Amino acid sequence: MSDATAETPRKSSLYRTSDRVKRRNRSEVRFRVLGLTAIGIGVAALALLVISIIGNGYNAFRQTYISIPVELTADRLDPDGNRDADEMSRVTTFGYAPLLAQSLYTYLQDQDISMEGVSPQALMAMISQEAPAQLRRSVLDNPEMVGQTVDLEMLANGRIDGYFKGRVTMASAELDSNVTPAQLQLAQRMADAGIMATRFNWAFITNPDASGQRPEAAGLGVAILGSFYMMLVVLALALPIGVAASIYLEEFAPQNRFTDAIEVNISNLAAVPSIVFGILGLAIFINFAGLPQSAPVVGGLVLTLMTLPTIIIATRASLRAVPPSIRDAALGLGASKMQSVFHHVLPLAMPGILTGTIIGLAQALGETAPLLLIGMVAFVREFPAAPPEGLFDPTSALPVQVYNWTQRADPAFVERASGATIVLLLFLVFMNAMAVILRRRFERRW
Amino acid sequence: MPLLWIVIAVLVLGTIGYVLGRRRAMASAEGDARSLHSLPNYYGLNVLLFAVVPALLVLSVWLLVQPVVIQRQVVNMIPDTAAQSAGELSLVMSDVRRVADGLDRAVELGALSREDARTIRTEFTNVRDRLASIGVALGDEVSSDVLRAAQRYRVLKTTGTIAMDAVVLLLAAIGLGYAYARTHKELRARNVVERAVLSLLILASTIAILTTVGIVLSMIIETRDFFRLYPWQQFFFGTQWIPSFEGGSELGLIPLLWGTIYITFIALVVSVPLGLFSAVYLAEYASSRLRSVAKPMIEILAGIPTIVYGLFALITVGPMLRDYFAQPLGLGTSSASVATAGIVMGIMLIPFVSSLSDDIINAVPQSLRDGSYGLGATKSETVKQVILPAALPGIVGAVLLATSRGIGETMIVVLGAGAAARLSLNPFEAMTTVTVKIVGQLTGDTDFSSPEALVAFALGLTLFAITLGLNVLALFIVRKYREEYE
Repeated sequence: MSDATAETPRKSSLYRTSDRVKRRNRSEVRFRVLGLTAIGIGVAALALLVISIIGNGYNAFRQTYISIPVELTADRLDPDGNRDADEMSRVTTFGYAPLLAQSLYTYLQDQDISMEGVSPQALMAMISQEAPAQLRRSVLDNPEMVGQTVDLEMLANGRIDGYFKGRVTMASAELDSNVTPAQLQLAQRMADAGIMATRFNWAFITNPDASGQRPEAAGLGVAILGSFYMMLVVLALALPIGVAASIYLEEFAPQNRFTDAIEVNISNLAAVPSIVFGILGLAIFINFAGLPQSAPVVGGLVLTLMTLPTIIIATRASLRAVPPSIRDAALGLGASKMQSVFHHVLPLAMPGILTGTIIGLAQALGETAPLLLIGMVAFVREFPAAPPEGLFDPTSALPVQVYNWTQRADPAFVERASGATIVLLLFLVFMNAMAVILRRRFERRW
Repeated sequence: MPLLWIVIAVLVLGTIGYVLGRRRAMASAEGDARSLHSLPNYYGLNVLLFAVVPALLVLSVWLLVQPVVIQRQVVNMIPDTAAQSAGELSLVMSDVRRVADGLDRAVELGALSREDARTIRTEFTNVRDRLASIGVALGDEVSSDVLRAAQRYRVLKTTGTIAMDAVVLLLAAIGLGYAYARTHKELRARNVVERAVLSLLILASTIAILTTVGIVLSMIIETRDFFRLYPWQQFFFGTQWIPSFEGGSELGLIPLLWGTIYITFIALVVSVPLGLFSAVYLAEYASSRLRSVAKPMIEILAGIPTIVYGLFALITVGPMLRDYFAQPLGLGTSSASVATAGIVMGIMLIPFVSSLSDDIINAVPQSLRDGSYGLGATKSETVKQVILPAALPGIVGAVLLATSRGIGETMIVVLGAGAAARLSLNPFEAMTTVTVKIVGQLTGDTDFSSPEALVAFALGLTLFAITLGLNVLALFIVRKYREEYE
């Protein structure tokens, strides 16, 4: 027996892997690697997205300012000399601009900073076009400032600001008709002398939008307020309607065609492209009902219709999670069906409902396409009034503001758009974190 | 805000009714709540509902109907010579409304007396200048017909509003009185209130149906108008998209549809393998620690707003593809391209494919896996030959849902794909989609009687039909071919 085995070696053995097994094992490893790669690519895409947005956008939170003393000469700003705000308002921003330029020029001379290669016009161009307007507003608010010399902090032009942020370089300034290398050198000297500095930019959060020539002054104030108003409308409408609809469907609805129709409709609405809701808003709320364009109330209504399916699905899931024993106990003690639902089931389902609502609101906050159709893209500089009237005033919205800024020519707006995206994402992270905390703290397992 | 006041007045009446009803019920039971049919609060709520619900219902119906009725009345005053087509008529009517608003504002500011606003005539006064002086800008000189129509409009509106206020308040008072009179300890107040609450619940759940009806109706009506102005054969089969607001545009659907399909196809090429492989790995191989980190990370991708993906496409992916692929290969110089939009959309769709597939793979029973291992199959062989075939209908459903999501996606293509409608195979060229053109044709000042604006509704209807078809198909496949396990 022993020599027979020695002469004819067995074809396969558990001790020696055959080629076939090797091939199968290799394909097993390959499959695993493919799976890991897929996950890796997904995570890498997420990381790249976040890095690209933050890398492009964090600079929007810093802004370059010029701080110099400015003499507010009375004969320029208040020719009649009686400090009457109405009369002074006749002096336009064009009256203020030379004042700033003059002050900057004399101050630089006093400080012995060479203005080599920079003409007075070019020096003026280093100040933001927004600065005279800001000065005019504060002078009209405090007429007694006229005639005094005040320490003023004014915005630097967007290109100068870009130089300190690395967006504009000496090489790119050679090619750019809006800025010269000499201006940048002067800006560097001013920064060394402490006249020009880059610091945190609250105005980005609080200011309204600004026109295409003054990216340095553009802010998110109106957009944040508009988004907030819309969320108020969505919360006020979608939560009660969604909860009411879910209670009916989950607790009361009989099994019939009508109920079926509602259920099919809800699952379909959840999959309808968002832009279709924009068309609905335009056709019904604006063209038919005559509501104003760009108004938060219209945006809120459209987003409510979009959010309803999300809220209804979440609410129904959490109503279903409440065990029947609760209902039976309430009914057994003599409560009516309605009482058992409203007194016992609904409170127990509340954490789940709120979590679903917050997630729905977060979705609504990031939605852009339907808002474009109802006129939210308009350029709005005025803050809306307080609700309820403010709900009918034109505003912008955070995601639409991002879109709006991507459509402007000045590259500084790319930085603004990314900055606005960071703000939007922060809001979303905050809302989702709240939903997670709510779920962790109050969710009950039966 | 007179509307707000009337609502508040009705609510105040309702609150008074609540207090009165509760008190009357308690009085009829001589202060002993045990002899009441229902809890005391239900008697109060009963009165409140009777006071508030009919009044508010009438109010909302009135608000919907009044503008239509007034419009009818005023339109008759405009001579046929001033407005031949429906489009001109709507322009004239918006003039009428603006003049009427201007007169309102003038009265409010004291620039005109009430009497003047009613009797002012273009023959004697330049209305446009008078209104301009108080900051109401009118485009054209106000014709006497428009002014008369505007005055008539104002009168009708004022009387209508007064009548509405009166009717609503009266109705609230009647309801209050009726319910109050009926309040007695034998009244089954709880049953009444619960029936009312139930009908409110039913009303809320019909909103979903109303929304769908609203979507379909609004688009069908406008699309019908569009096909009156523009032949449907040229819309569905035209291969040129050249809109021009001076008229003579070519509005063919084919190039837009091609762009949409091409971009969605690239998105699926990216997202289906990535999503499927990650779902399989997470469900079959990953340790629970990796799963607890990687799954939420991938699901974050689904929570990022599409405008953020659009920005990502615009500032990062587009330039990257152009600099490293398109220009070296000589395929194009545009950073907005089919590939840009497709890849970014693919990233967005990964979680749709992966989390749906993950659920479906997890639903395949363990016994199938064990049987396969018992026969000596490796893990990957089990996945490929047992699990995926068993999960196939669900996965196909997930892919169809992702397709429908991709076809309806707007912001990524608006920022990433460009606006040029062309039929081309080069993925590095800018193309455009149905959704981009809907946005393009409807943003800004649009004249809703021109085919160039109305085409957006036809595009919207097409989009709605396609996505609805895909969703229904997905649902059908999942339901029909789903394996039922014990």
